[in-house]
Amino acid sequence: MTDHHPTFAGTPPFPKAAESALADGQLRDNLGRATATIRAKRERAVAERDDWEALRLAGAAIKDDVLARLPELLEELERNVTKAGGVVHWARDAADANAIVAAIVRDHGATEVVKVKSMVTQEIELNAALAREGISAWETDLAELIVQLGRDLPSHILVPAIHRNRHEIGEIFRSRMAAVGRPAPRGLSDEPAALAEAARLHLRAKFLRARVAVSGANFAVAETGTVMVVESEGNGRMCVTLPEVLITVMGIEKLVPTWRDLEVFLQLLPRSSTAERMNPYTSMWTGVTPGDGPREFHLVLLDNGRTDTLADSVGRQALRCIKCSACLNVCPVYVRTGGRAYGSPYPGPIGAILTPQLRGISQHPVDAQTASLPFASSLCGACYDVCPVRIDIPEILVHLRTQVVRQGGWRARVVSQESAMMGAMATAFAGPRRLGIAERAAAVVSRPFSRNGGIGRLSLPGLLGAWFGSRDLRAPAAVSFRRWWSRRARESRGP
Amino acid sequence: MRIALFITCFNDLLFPEVGRAVVTLLGRLGHEVEFPAAQTCCGQMHFNSGYRDECIPLVRRFADAFAGYDAVVTPSASCAAMVRHHHGTVAGEAGDSSLVDSVGDVAPRVYELSEFLVDVLGVIDVGARFAHTVALHPTCHSQRLLRVGDRPSRLLNAVDGLTLVDMPNADECCGFGGMFAVKNAATSVAMGLDKVDHVHASGAEVLTAADTSCLMHIGGLLSRQGSPVRVMHLAEILAETGTER
Repeated sequence: MTDHHPTFAGTPPFPKAAESALADGQLRDNLGRATATIRAKRERAVAERDDWEALRLAGAAIKDDVLARLPELLEELERNVTKAGGVVHWARDAADANAIVAAIVRDHGATEVVKVKSMVTQEIELNAALAREGISAWETDLAELIVQLGRDLPSHILVPAIHRNRHEIGEIFRSRMAAVGRPAPRGLSDEPAALAEAARLHLRAKFLRARVAVSGANFAVAETGTVMVVESEGNGRMCVTLPEVLITVMGIEKLVPTWRDLEVFLQLLPRSSTAERMNPYTSMWTGVTPGDGPREFHLVLLDNGRTDTLADSVGRQALRCIKCSACLNVCPVYVRTGGRAYGSPYPGPIGAILTPQLRGISQHPVDAQTASLPFASSLCGACYDVCPVRIDIPEILVHLRTQVVRQGGWRARVVSQESAMMGAMATAFAGPRRLGIAERAAAVVSRPFSRNGGIGRLSLPGLLGAWFGSRDLRAPAAVSFRRWWSRRARESRGP
Repeated sequence: MRIALFITCFNDLLFPEVGRAVVTLLGRLGHEVEFPAAQTCCGQMHFNSGYRDECIPLVRRFADAFAGYDAVVTPSASCAAMVRHHHGTVAGEAGDSSLVDSVGDVAPRVYELSEFLVDVLGVIDVGARFAHTVALHPTCHSQRLLRVGDRPSRLLNAVDGLTLVDMPNADECCGFGGMFAVKNAATSVAMGLDKVDHVHASGAEVLTAADTSCLMHIGGLLSRQGSPVRVMHLAEILAETGTER
């Protein structure tokens, strides 16, 4: 298991990655069905609350306050975690965080850890880093287990195996479980209950054996030093209570100032995420408690691009994100391409704004794949409407596009064609006389290709050609509106 | 009331009949529109594609061209949204306080056609007759930026002879998205083809919307498939009085 860790490295720019995903009918079926179900459920769960908009405003306000006072709140958290017997570590980037975790595991002479589902450890590729140190990291969330056993990549924030159906999952369990622990029961069927039972048996052995657990955090409370994980399956509860040592890796933005603030987020998160009124398991711990739970608690506070993101006055809203995944489920692009096309564990609309920022787009030019992400949206705005902390995702997408263009674009050939086009249009739009001339030129140039006011199949290179693959085009009018208007005005004035 | 027509660059060149329909419709309701000749483009494509510097002179031109009118009506929800939501941002970033002021003056008086009819003129029944089965594509920017709500469907329901039919997943994006349509052509087409299926499932003869950009994309797919469904802008239907096209 530990010898094979697929990563997102090498994902092509979004348009190309999307093409192969769109060609995968199974993927589109699985994803379309799953997201349609969760969308409808979320709508019902949200509609139950007549103060939903007030909750969203409160969630955004609390997170904005955190971002404005981050240094002092982090120090407050550190003081309170330390006071309660925990150890706080600071990690500038992924390598720092991975090294800290590996050192703690090694210090305890352990060669394996059990993991609570966590986005941030996906972000820093902790499992691969631990494998290089000879440490096996076992995912215990059902969907993460499916992804790990399938030597696959996650494609959704909440349901990383959303691209798999139960038949594929059954096949993965039957063929892969034995190599890494308790094998799948003989004759395992593809029934959901049987699959869950197989996972339960497989994981039970790991929970009982592991001496170290690794988690992320949904929230941490500065005033008390409490860390919180919410989940559905109870695997997280096993991880944070059974092993002797618990290591939590947490992005520095996951703070709330006070205990009372959780009231808002524990209403916003489950309804937005799993479409439940309340998630089944909410685990909270404050340092260590003698005789109960882990004897040692380490909190690793991770920056990894967050301070850079915070420096951008428009883009910093992205750090409000509570990783609910509601924006993925409503995104017409994500629903068709799936998550892996985004080349990061953060897919969908939030990934399109978070990944480029964490990779430093506001500081320096980024690679072509990263630079393609802000363009992976039709700007339909569905994501903003469902976001429980009101992140104006379309605004940030457009803001990041501006940064990409100023950095020279993400695909030199297309961008030079595009910037020539944008320049030509800006010139034409500089005045009505120029625009009139440009319109007449367009009508004349297109005339040989048009039939009955439309242009059919045309084989052209570049951006214009991309239109004609599956679509006809309206031909420029022989008489533009402005020409019609001035003729009409002349006629009404009389000869 | 001095009413200016903002035709939009897109309609000016590709769909001038939509502008003529607005002139006819408002004329029938007793309102002469003016066409400020200095207008060109709202800058939406430049803004959304990341060419924000190129956008500044277009915002300035818009504010100058439409200064002094009581209302500016446009047959495009996304262009109205660009002006109302983003011209202020562009002006602010340009650091030009007189531009901020003139945008602040003009932008709130820009209305998409259905908003203008329902909110400014206070009419629902515009005296149109159009004996066809019609589906409405509500458009993302109508719904989620302008929040026009049910204004277009109320106008359509009041049209004599018209049958408005429901369309599955109507509120989902058609996949046009400006440059998205060519930069992410495969995804754009996948979204558009699903929309085409929903149009066909609705049983409509005509698909209408408050934006010709969505209609050009969906219409381009319908036309390539040889579908009998035709696309018409909301203004064209509301301008109809029964003389068959």
